[in-house]
Amino acid sequence: MPPREGIYGLLAEFNTPTDLVFATEQARQAGYRRMECYTPYPVEEAAEALHFHSTRVPLVCLLGGLMGVTTAFLMETWMSVWAYPLNIAGRPLFSWPAFIIPAYEWTILFAGLSAAFGMIALNGLPQLYHPVFNAPNFRNGATTDKFFLCLEATDPKFSLTETRGFLEQFPAVSVVEVDH
Amino acid sequence: MATKGPIQPIVDPMIDPRTGEYAVIAPGHNFKSVTQKIGGIVLTANTPLAWFFGLIVAAGIAQGVIVGITWLVLKGIGIWGVTIPGAWGFAIINFVWWIGIGHAGTLISAILLLFKQTWRNSINRFAEAMTIFAVVCAGMFPLIHVGRPWVSYWLFPYPNTMNVWPQFRSPLCWDVFAVSTYATISIVFWYIGMIPDFGTLRDRATLPLAKYVYGMLSLGWRGSTRHWIRYETASLLLAGLSTPLVLSVHTVISFDFAVAALAGWHTTIFPPYFVAGAIYSGFAMVLTLAIPIRKFYHLEDLVTLRHLDNMAKVMLGTGLIVAYGYGMEVFMAWFSASHWEFFMMWNRMFGPMGWAYWMLILTNIASPLTTLWSRKLRVNVGYLFVLSFIVNIGMWFERFVIVVTSLYRDYLPSSWGTYKATRWDYMIFIGTWGLFTFLFLLFARFLPMIPMSEIRMMLPQTKVKRGGADSETVVEETA
Repeated sequence: MPPREGIYGLLAEFNTPTDLVFATEQARQAGYRRMECYTPYPVEEAAEALHFHSTRVPLVCLLGGLMGVTTAFLMETWMSVWAYPLNIAGRPLFSWPAFIIPAYEWTILFAGLSAAFGMIALNGLPQLYHPVFNAPNFRNGATTDKFFLCLEATDPKFSLTETRGFLEQFPAVSVVEVDH
Repeated sequence: MATKGPIQPIVDPMIDPRTGEYAVIAPGHNFKSVTQKIGGIVLTANTPLAWFFGLIVAAGIAQGVIVGITWLVLKGIGIWGVTIPGAWGFAIINFVWWIGIGHAGTLISAILLLFKQTWRNSINRFAEAMTIFAVVCAGMFPLIHVGRPWVSYWLFPYPNTMNVWPQFRSPLCWDVFAVSTYATISIVFWYIGMIPDFGTLRDRATLPLAKYVYGMLSLGWRGSTRHWIRYETASLLLAGLSTPLVLSVHTVISFDFAVAALAGWHTTIFPPYFVAGAIYSGFAMVLTLAIPIRKFYHLEDLVTLRHLDNMAKVMLGTGLIVAYGYGMEVFMAWFSASHWEFFMMWNRMFGPMGWAYWMLILTNIASPLTTLWSRKLRVNVGYLFVLSFIVNIGMWFERFVIVVTSLYRDYLPSSWGTYKATRWDYMIFIGTWGLFTFLFLLFARFLPMIPMSEIRMMLPQTKVKRGGADSETVVEETA
């Protein structure tokens, strides 16, 4: 894929989460949709302002858990009843109460791995390159103490001059162009 | 800070005037200062000399594991003190002891997260690290005690030319599943928790190598809000999964004993009593680690007396459950009207190894549970440090008493024997202390010991003020 060129968006830097959330809400009201906030810790109000609510992580986790319990239980049953039947003190080959314990552990194992790797995959990580890293002030603040709002150029409402004017009415520290 | 009032007693700035409790984080910190404080330990160019000294000493002690296991592989488990009837010895005692220590880390990272105990944020990361290193030390023992450690992979169900499969009705097989799941989930939870902090370290590092390594580890984390929401959901799910996991792991370990038809082991009280004991010893180990670390790295602002106080309270609570367990064992020995149970208890208290039982009562019950009621002692750093060692010695003796004194005098007096650990037993056990310390020192130097993103969330400036701090800003709709 050839590298994309041109502008990715406009990045506004804020000092407080309050300013960020306010600007995001206003941008949403003004009709912007393709935008993203970048914060050094989770700011739930910013997600609300972006109207981003549900994630599919719990579903992935549930499916993982169901897969774990089924895999473990069927595996134990097959191994103990058909593959390698052993008479242990006259107990039935299909000793399902004993099989519950490894099945329980694998439910947690598969569900936990699904939640963790599902989250990483849904987030599109690992992604070592991203245009916002090109902004000169981004890496100095986004993971430490600054709050960023990026209005992306793919938004139909995006216009370099008007969007810049829109962002500059907020108490932003700076508004910079982000290139691909 | 100093408000004008009629009578102004000398106020400790760390004490919250509203509640009278110690503050969770010292006042006056901001996003930048906590980042510099925690990140600075990792990113500094001047590694403290004491760290190198500690690492060398720990590595030296850890040689015990290497030498001990090498000799074990060459000679077999005959070099240990295990014999019939005392067929279980140090290996199983150390296994249960170490894995119990690990439990506090998961309790702090998972259960306290679900209960929204935000004070845990400061101690969560190194408690999780403690869990993983304790599981490393613990997991070694079952592998080496199987007699032929080089085929210990036979424990896992894998397709093989012998057409042999594990026996799923055995608690030892359950152990394999429980402990391997516990280790995997603990590592994943720990790593997921560190991803945003790796992003911070990547952005603050100056050395190219550090930038590269932390950049890779951060997976390109950029703090996007949509990412954060999924991240928080995944963390909560992992916490929700780790909670039943941590309770099940020590339950399964207690089944190793409880499923056997042996007086002193065959009891239904074992699962809750083992889990409580695990958390008790784990919190003691968190104190053992937290107290020198906060002093050495000057983290008193972030790991405050409130944390020590709260941990001591958890120890008091779980210690009381453990005491109840001991009491019930004695009660049931009498109430069951079983000759074997009664003799086992009598032998445990007054037999040739009775000293171990009274040592256990002294270190695990008498000294902590009488003193931890006092708030003065709960915030006395020196006292807690000493006590944390006493409790961990006590918890080791608990496992010793359960394993050895139940085994060496069983049903048939003609088969009675005794148990005496050899120098190889001691060498490997002491070696694991070195291994644990060695791993922990590496962690303290190269990974963020306190989760920076979670600490940021506890600062007062985190709050989003609703309804317009910027009300004068008028936004015009652009047509």
